[in-house]
Amino acid sequence: MSDTARTALNGASYQGVVRIEDAGLRGMITVRGDLASTNIKNAATGVTGVDFPGQGEAKCVGETGILWMSPDEIMVLCPWAERNAALTQIRTTLGPAHSLVADVSDARAVFTLSGPDGALRDTLAKLTPANLSPQELPVGRLRRTRLAQIPGAFWFRDTQTVELIVFRSVARYAFDLLSNAAATPVGHY
Amino acid sequence: MTARLTTGGRLIDRQKPLRFSFNGKGLTGYEGDTLASALMANGQTLLGRSFKYHRPRGLVASGPEEPNALMTLGRDKRMEPNARATTTELFDGLEAKSQNHWPSLEFDIGAINAHLSKFFPAGFYYKTFLHPRPFWKHLYEPIIRRAAGLGPAPRHRDADTYEHFNTTVDVLVIGGGISGLQAAKASAEAGAETLLIEQSAHWGGRAPADGVEINGAPAEHWITETVATLDALPNTRLRARTMGAGVYDHGYVLAYERLADHAPAEDAPRHRLWRIRAKRIVLATGAIERPLSFANNDLPGVLLASAARDYAVNYAAGPGQRSVVVTNNDDAYRTAITLKDTGLDVPAIIDARPETDSPLINAARAKGLRIEFGKGIAKVQGRGRVEGVALCHHAGTGEPLEDIPCDAVAMSGGWSPAVHLWSHTGGKLQWDEGLAAFRPDPERAPIGADGETNISIVGAANGVFDTATALTQADAAGKAAAKATGHTPKRKAAPKAEPEERAPILAVWNMPALASDDLRSKTWLDYQNDVKVSDVELAAREGFESVEHTKRYTTLGMATDQGKLSNINGLAVLSHEIGQPIPDTGTTTFRPPYTPISMGAIAGEARGDLFQPIRRTPIHDWHDANGARWEPVGHWRRPYAYLQDGESIDEAVHREVTNTRNRVGLLDASTLGKILVKGPDAGRFLDMLYTNMMSTLKPGRCRYGLMCTENGFLTDDGVVARINEDTFLCHTTSGGADRIHAHMEEWLQTEWWDWQVYTANITEQYAQIAVVGPNARAVLEALGGMDVSAEALPFMSWADGTLGGFKVRIYRISFSGELSYEIAVGANEGRAFWDSLLAAGAEHGIQPYGTEALHIMRAEKGFIMIGDETDGTVIPQDLGLHWAISKKKDDYLGKRAQEREHMTDPNRWRLVGLETLDGSVLPDGAYAVDTDLGAYEAVTEYARGRKCGANENGQAAMIGRVTSTYHSPTLGRGIAMGLVENGPERMGEVLTFPGTDGTVYEAKIVSPVFYDPEGEKQNV
Repeated sequence: MSDTARTALNGASYQGVVRIEDAGLRGMITVRGDLASTNIKNAATGVTGVDFPGQGEAKCVGETGILWMSPDEIMVLCPWAERNAALTQIRTTLGPAHSLVADVSDARAVFTLSGPDGALRDTLAKLTPANLSPQELPVGRLRRTRLAQIPGAFWFRDTQTVELIVFRSVARYAFDLLSNAAATPVGHY
Repeated sequence: MTARLTTGGRLIDRQKPLRFSFNGKGLTGYEGDTLASALMANGQTLLGRSFKYHRPRGLVASGPEEPNALMTLGRDKRMEPNARATTTELFDGLEAKSQNHWPSLEFDIGAINAHLSKFFPAGFYYKTFLHPRPFWKHLYEPIIRRAAGLGPAPRHRDADTYEHFNTTVDVLVIGGGISGLQAAKASAEAGAETLLIEQSAHWGGRAPADGVEINGAPAEHWITETVATLDALPNTRLRARTMGAGVYDHGYVLAYERLADHAPAEDAPRHRLWRIRAKRIVLATGAIERPLSFANNDLPGVLLASAARDYAVNYAAGPGQRSVVVTNNDDAYRTAITLKDTGLDVPAIIDARPETDSPLINAARAKGLRIEFGKGIAKVQGRGRVEGVALCHHAGTGEPLEDIPCDAVAMSGGWSPAVHLWSHTGGKLQWDEGLAAFRPDPERAPIGADGETNISIVGAANGVFDTATALTQADAAGKAAAKATGHTPKRKAAPKAEPEERAPILAVWNMPALASDDLRSKTWLDYQNDVKVSDVELAAREGFESVEHTKRYTTLGMATDQGKLSNINGLAVLSHEIGQPIPDTGTTTFRPPYTPISMGAIAGEARGDLFQPIRRTPIHDWHDANGARWEPVGHWRRPYAYLQDGESIDEAVHREVTNTRNRVGLLDASTLGKILVKGPDAGRFLDMLYTNMMSTLKPGRCRYGLMCTENGFLTDDGVVARINEDTFLCHTTSGGADRIHAHMEEWLQTEWWDWQVYTANITEQYAQIAVVGPNARAVLEALGGMDVSAEALPFMSWADGTLGGFKVRIYRISFSGELSYEIAVGANEGRAFWDSLLAAGAEHGIQPYGTEALHIMRAEKGFIMIGDETDGTVIPQDLGLHWAISKKKDDYLGKRAQEREHMTDPNRWRLVGLETLDGSVLPDGAYAVDTDLGAYEAVTEYARGRKCGANENGQAAMIGRVTSTYHSPTLGRGIAMGLVENGPERMGEVLTFPGTDGTVYEAKIVSPVFYDPEGEKQNV
C-alpha cells in the first residue's frame, strides 16, 4: 500500500540561503520506558544498529537512528518500508516490561535542510530561541524546541545537513516558515 | 542661511550626491548624510511645529535624543510617521514631510495657541474639559485629536518584511563607542563569544568628533584598527545599526536592527528584532547632553553644543554663520573651537561659571575667542529663528546687558549618562554632585540568574568622561565579563590616552538663576510635549511632589523621546520648587524600548500565511478543492459544509443532513484527539480521569466517557476503545487533544507518579473517516477485506483489518444516530483512502458532510457538545448524564466537587429539548425569562422599567438559556437544547425567549432526543 502513501508536502522544496526539502516518508517509532534498562537499549539498538543515545543526543546513520526525546522516551527512526518490522521487533525484544511503543511515522513531517553550516544556523535562529552555537549544538545533538509558533525537533546530521521534525498537520506552516527564514541571509553564525 | 561647508565632513562622500525631498521640495545631500544633516546643509532650519503651541521648531540634537525633527517618511505602503531625522540615513529618493502643522509649515493656524499659552498651563486639559461630561466625547476630544498628534497613521498594508533572530552569547556589549569597542576587544581576546552592537551606522561614537586621541594618534586610527581586529576574531560579531532596545531578566536583551531603512529593498527585511540571551552584558551606551533652560531656548537655531560640532565635523554642515556658545561646563568649548577652526564665527562663549581655568578654556582663549564668565542668556531673540541673544548676569533676574547678534546658539547644560538599559532590570542610580547628573550605582547593579551582578556599565554611560579612565575601565569590564563566563583574559594593557583636566561644572537648572516669571514661562524643558519651567513649577505649587505624578500632570517626558533631554532638567526644577535635594526627588522609571521600535519588528514573520499555524488534516486539499467553507476548530480548519454549484450554505447543510440520513455521508474526523494510554495501571488511571468505569471495558469494545475538572465541571468527552489488557485509546474532542494529554501527564507526573502508565498523543498518526448512514455497510462491503456485519462488528466495538487494501481500524460508533463506522487509516494514506471511499460509495449515493451537518445530526439525537452545552460551569448531572457517572467507584476527578451544596442544588439549570410553537429557530444563546404576563407584555413592561418576573436589579429574571439551536432538515422545523431551571420537571411548559431583534420567541420544553429515541437506526 506504500504506493498510496504521501507525505503532507508531497516532495516540496525551496532553495534559499539553504535548501529546504520534504525528506519524504520515514519510519518513526515512539518508545517510552526506563531508558536505563537493558531491554530498551537492546530493543532500540538491535533494530537500528546504532549506539544508544545519551541525554539530548541523536545517533543516526542515514535514515536509521535513535533520538533521545526525554528521560523516559526515545524515537527510533528507520526507512518507511521497515517500520512495521521494526515495530514488531521492538515489541518482541521489550517483552512484558512496562513500556509504550507507538508508530508515529504518519504523525510527523520530516524536513532536510542543507547548506553551509552558518546559513543553517542563521535560518533556524530566526525561528527558535534554542542556543544554536556550534559548541552547544554540534553534529549529533538533538534540540526539541519551538519554531515560531509550533513545536519541533532538529539535529545536525552532518555540518551541512539538518534534519527537522514537526507534526504533520503543521507541515505546510513549517515549510512556509522555513522557506521564509531561508529567503535572506543574516551572516551571524 | 547656513549651507554646506566647503571642506570636511568625515562621514559624507561628496562624490555621491543623493536626491531627496522635504515637503515636496527637491533637495540634494550626500551619501553618509542623515536626513537632519542634509536638511541643515540645505539651509532648512524650520522642520516642524510643536505639539501644543505649534511653535516653530528646528534641530536640537544629532542623535536618538532629538525631540523636534520628527518626519513622516515615504508614502503609501512604505509610509512611516514620527521618524527622527537625526537617525534617518539619507538615501536616493527619500521623501520626508514635516508634521503637526496646518495648512502649511510656514503658515500655521495652530500657532495662535502660542499667543494663548498663558491659558494652556499644566493640567489645562484635565481642568478645562472635565465638565460637562458628554462634551468630552462629542466636542472636546474630536477637536483636540485633530489639533494635536504627531504624524498620521499609515493607511496601507506595509510592503516590508520583518523578522526575529535569536542568539545566545557569553558577552554582549551594547554601544560601539571607544569604551564599547575596548570592552568587546578585551572580552573577545579572552575567548568569550562576544557580540557588539551599535545603534548608528558608525563605530567609535563621539570620540572622532570630540578630537579624542588614543595611543598618541587621533581616535579614528585606533577605531579602524580595533574594528578590523574584532572583525577578524572568529568568536566576535559586530552589528552596526542595531540598537539595544531593552534589557530584561536573566540577561535577555532585545535589540533592534535597521537593515533596510537606509536602503529600501524588496529582498531584505526592513527590521530585525534580536532576542539575545547573554551571560554577561557590558553597557557602553554613552551620555546625552542636556539643554540649558533659558527663555526662547526652543527657537530654531538653538541646539546642543555637541550636536553643533557633530554636524560640522561629521557632515560639514554648519548650524549657523555666527554661533554663540552657552555653557556651564568645559565640554562646549570644544564646539567653539571646532566651529572657529571650521571658519565659522563664534561671537561669544557665555559661561555661567565664575572665571576659571582649564586646558580647553585656555585653548579657546588662545584662539582669541570672547569668553563671558558668570554670564547667561536672558532670552533668545528672533521670530521663527535665532537672530541674537540678550546677555545677562547668570546670578541675576535677567536684566539684559548686551544684545549679541547671531544665527545659532550652541548650548550645553552638562551630560547625563545614558543609564536607561542599566535601569531596565533594576540597576539603581546615585546622584553625582561633581557631574551634576545621575550615574549608575555599582553597589546596586542588576542581578542575573546566578545571583551575581550580570551587567556592568562603562565609559560616559558610567559617568566617566575622561578617555584614559574610560578605556581602562572598559578593558577591565570586558575582561571581567569574559572571566565570569569561564574564559581567561589576556594580560594586555588598555590603550593609552592623556588624562584630561577639566574645570568643574556648575549646576544650572534655570538661566539666569533668578529668571523672572515672564522668562520662565518661555523657557522650554520638554520640546516634544511643550512643557515649560513654569508648568513644572505650577505642578509643584498644586501639590504634585512625586516626580511620577508631575510627569503625568505636565506630560513632561511622556512624548516619543521619553524625555531624553528633559527629564533631569525637569526634576531639578521640581526639586528646587519643593525645596528638596535632587536625589530625594529621584527619577521616573526607565522602560524599554530605549527609542521606539516598529510594530513590524515586534510581529516578525507572523503575518499573512504565517500569522498563525493552521493545522491541516491529510484530506485538507480535497476539501479545499471541493467547495469547503472552512470553520476554525482550535488551530484546525474543518469543512463547515461543501457547497455545490449555486447552493447557499443553508441549502448545502440541508442536503448533507438529508443525504446522510437517507443514503450515506462521509466525514473527515481526523481532528479528533487520540491518546494512547498503556501500562498495568492504565485502567485504574482512566477510572480516575473519567466519571464512568473504564477498567471493566472488554478488549475490542468501546465506551463513551466524560472527563471533569477537579472542580467537577465537564471538560471533555469521547469514546474510549480498549485495545488489549493494558492498552486503551482515548478519543478526545478536536480542540481538546493537547489539553487532555497535558492533563493526563500532569496527574501522572505530579500526583500519581508511582502508577505504571505511559501516554502518547497519536492524534496525527491517523486519518479518521466516518462513513455514516443506512448505506454505510454497503460502501464498506464494496471496498471489501473484512467482515463489517452487525454480528462481527456490533455497535460499540472495534476491529483491525483491511478495507480495499488499506490497513485500517474500524470503530463502530455513532455521533449521528445512524449506522456509522469511524475508520482510522495511516495519515499518509488518508487521502488515498478517502478517494477509495468516494469511488466505492458513488453508487450508494455517498457525499461528504461538514461540521454543521454533524452538529445538526447530533442535536437531533440529543447528544451534547463540549463547548455548546458546557461552558466551564456545567457538571454532567446538569446534562442528565447520570448514566455515565459511576456509583461504584470510590473516586474520580470531580467526584467530591460534585457533592458540594451548590452542585446538588435541585434548582440548577438542567438540559432539556426546546421546540418552538411555530417551528421557527430559536436564537442561539437566547435567555428564557420568567413572566406571568405573557411574552409581549413582559418585554414591554420590562422596557418601561416595571417589575414583572424581575430580579432585584429590575431585569427580567432569567430561568434558562439556549445552548444549541438548529433548523432540523430531518424534522422540518427548529429544534434546540437548553439549560432550564428545573427543566426536566417542567416538560410541556412553554417558555418565553426575548430575542435581540425585538421578536419574542416561545418554545415548549420537550425531551432533548428528537430523532430515533430508541436508537434503532445506529444499532443495525
